[in-house]
Amino acid sequence: MKRRLFLLAGTAGLLTLAACEQAPKPHYNGMDLTGGDYKPDFKLSGPDGRVYTLADFKGKYVMVFFGFTQCPDVCPTALSRAVEIRNKLGADAGKLQVIFISIDPERDTPALLGEYMRAFDPTFLGLRTDPQNTAQTAFNYKVFYRRVASGSSYTMDHTAISYVLDPQGRMRLGLKHQMTADECAQDIKTLMTAKYTL
Amino acid sequence: MFQLKTVVAATLAVLSLSAAAQSAVTVTDPWVRATVPQQKATGAFMQITAPKAMRLVEVRASVAGTAEIHEMSMADNMMRMRQVKEIALPAGKAVELKPGGYHVMLLNLKGQVKAGDKIPLSLVVEGEDKHREIIEVTAVARPLGGAAAAH
Repeated sequence: MKRRLFLLAGTAGLLTLAACEQAPKPHYNGMDLTGGDYKPDFKLSGPDGRVYTLADFKGKYVMVFFGFTQCPDVCPTALSRAVEIRNKLGADAGKLQVIFISIDPERDTPALLGEYMRAFDPTFLGLRTDPQNTAQTAFNYKVFYRRVASGSSYTMDHTAISYVLDPQGRMRLGLKHQMTADECAQDIKTLMTAKYTL
Repeated sequence: MFQLKTVVAATLAVLSLSAAAQSAVTVTDPWVRATVPQQKATGAFMQITAPKAMRLVEVRASVAGTAEIHEMSMADNMMRMRQVKEIALPAGKAVELKPGGYHVMLLNLKGQVKAGDKIPLSLVVEGEDKHREIIEVTAVARPLGGAAAAH
């Protein structure tokens, strides 16, 4: 009887220890997408003609936004915010790679994407691919987009979330369009220091 | 009698003057987002105040093949952009065309819009009496990368 009690106490102790090892879930202003059903890897072309995958950014936090350059409003606002976020990260700015994936590859040529990114920050990377791979990549991020006829031309409806991946290429955060640069930078700082993983 | 005529004329003049002042639509802070070469579209933004109930029914821009009035909306983290026929301008109330709401979409741009460029725009407004007037505006191009930060 005595021995059984001792065993029980030992098991309880181990359980407590295991629980302690997992750091508490940090609080984010944005959406914590850790463990969500995402496939963040991609195979996309850069303005330099190189093919990029997530392995090229191993060891870096990666912020991904899907958009198109003919976008008058949401896309430049999201990219301007990304510039501010990097400024607010200070010495850690170099740890964050910003990637813009075109959902309008027909009009977004590699050269145009290259110029567009340079207007914001020369380190930002604008990537594109064929329509089928664009659809698959967006699907892997749960990003929705749709072509809508507008007058003589067309426009795109699309998800306006900036996704943040950790240095192991795992999906971690969804930053909503309405969030300020301060709120986003705070979340990325929290993620950079958080011990919490799955 | 002569004196009375003068007074009437003067009064009429004053009345027509105030009518002219009343019909003045004011446009403040018009700006266009600069573009990079090869980029064929951008947005124009401003605040419009009409003295009486009017509608913005058309925008003409010589720098673009087409100018359309659009409305952006955000629902469930989805950005949607739609062409609208017109924007209501309630009497005396400033209506904002700004990121996150209404904007003028400049399509088929004839060339790059560089930061600092002065872009002439013609706004066509219509009163409830169907009377149309054209307001000439000069929008200044703000840098593509810094437009939001400068705001």
